[in-house]
Amino acid sequence: MAAAVDVRGLRKSYGDHEAVRGITFRIEEGEVYCLLGPNGAGKTTTIEILEGYRARDAGEVTVLGLDPGRRDRTLRERMGVVLQHSETWPQVTVAETLRIYAGYYRDPRDVDEVIELVGLEEKRDARIKILSGGQKRRLDLGLALVGNPDLVFLDEPTTGFDPQARRNAWEMIRGLRALGKTILLTTHYLDEAQQLADRVAVLRDGVIVTEGTPAELVASSRTEIRYRENGEVKIVETDEPTRALHELTSRAVAQGRELEALEVRRRSLEDVYLELLREDVT
Amino acid sequence: MSLFAHQIRADQLVFWRNRESAVFVFLFPVLLFVLLSIVYSGEYRGRPVTDYLVPSLITYGVANTAFGGLAIILVVRRELGILKRIRATPLPSWMYLSATLCSTLLVFTLQAAAIMALGRLLYDWHLPSEWPSLFAAFLLGAICFAGMGFGAASLIRSAEGASAVVNVVTLPMAFLSGGFGPTRDYPEVLQAIADALPLTYLVDIVQGIVYDGKPIWEQPGAVAVLLAWGLAGTLIAARLFAWEPRER
Repeated sequence: MAAAVDVRGLRKSYGDHEAVRGITFRIEEGEVYCLLGPNGAGKTTTIEILEGYRARDAGEVTVLGLDPGRRDRTLRERMGVVLQHSETWPQVTVAETLRIYAGYYRDPRDVDEVIELVGLEEKRDARIKILSGGQKRRLDLGLALVGNPDLVFLDEPTTGFDPQARRNAWEMIRGLRALGKTILLTTHYLDEAQQLADRVAVLRDGVIVTEGTPAELVASSRTEIRYRENGEVKIVETDEPTRALHELTSRAVAQGRELEALEVRRRSLEDVYLELLREDVT
Repeated sequence: MSLFAHQIRADQLVFWRNRESAVFVFLFPVLLFVLLSIVYSGEYRGRPVTDYLVPSLITYGVANTAFGGLAIILVVRRELGILKRIRATPLPSWMYLSATLCSTLLVFTLQAAAIMALGRLLYDWHLPSEWPSLFAAFLLGAICFAGMGFGAASLIRSAEGASAVVNVVTLPMAFLSGGFGPTRDYPEVLQAIADALPLTYLVDIVQGIVYDGKPIWEQPGAVAVLLAWGLAGTLIAARLFAWEPRER
């Protein structure tokens, strides 16, 4: 399968600050790929280079087979963008705004279809200024979809949402995936990456520290055995939980004592993620 | 429908739907014409004062609409992230900017027509015999002031400050340069300041046409000054115009 996005050795500095320090990844067609990381990790810089907003300092980048730095109109015909912050004209209605943007594309989606897709039917003829934050964000998504793109960039699409609004947004993004769109998503929410992404790259200080499916990220993690001895919590981390547990329990049985508060657990994606963020990047 | 026409229609929808811009940018010069025509009466240089006021208030419209209105629209859209989002669509940037310019010129044209129609209706004002020259002067003025508008938009940092900055520039400029009434009795120092302002040269061209029957091509000095201002604004924009919010 062809790569929708191919990034090799991408670098970008702002003055003395190196925001992206040589990252490489590839997104297949139809895949939902997530750049996960804390604020300042380089997610937005990366996505904005792919969107054509920023020039890169080094590296090779193709988006749908084209160099986004050249700002080809053909590329913009095929991509949709949800920016982290952007508004629309407050006095114009939802349908009017979508119709204006639909006019920019050669082969747009039907405006009412888009309104339905993002669940704004009841606000179709409402002016933007009366929409809630969540509804505005849905319109942002609608504006990214109205050109019927093959590739959609979503830069922190649910930041600031309440839990219900976030779940609704997730449903919508799953809907896009079902339509066969390739999606690049950035987020600093781990659960969002876990819920939506086929593959996740964890970004820290401008470097990808790990990459894989959500299941792979957890699978690579070690198992944790906890128990209490003389009132003190002991933690054993192991890649061979069966053997470690057997050794521990047979010793305890031989000595005739109980392992208090014994607990065996696989470390969650959250543990893995937080650990990745703590480790020194070298 | 071509993309360009689509964008002009979109710009017109956005402009008229926003009551503040419709009132301030479009209506304000028209209202000032009505007010000043009530305040000033009698004759100026042997002709009814309306002969002065109609073209002069249209020159204020040039500054207010082609310069001020355009600059405010561009800054507000930049700070809201509207310009940034447009850059991700297939609409070419040059087409977006030229449609914004044409849409502004269209608003100015309607405004000039409204002032002339009111002059006719209320004071039986008639177009001077050199009207083609007069229209050429308005168009030249609007284009040069739009160039300055693009330049100003590139220099203004915040949406909140945009209309304050623009009004601090345009209102005193119109007052000093004769846009609101004759300046021959102003103190010399004010007249000296006026000589440095671009609107003064547009007012001069218009006065030359109306009172001295001098067509625009016989006033190359003033035309050159206007073009220089317009070019300066355009060059500033070419260097500093930004599509992304400054205040983030």
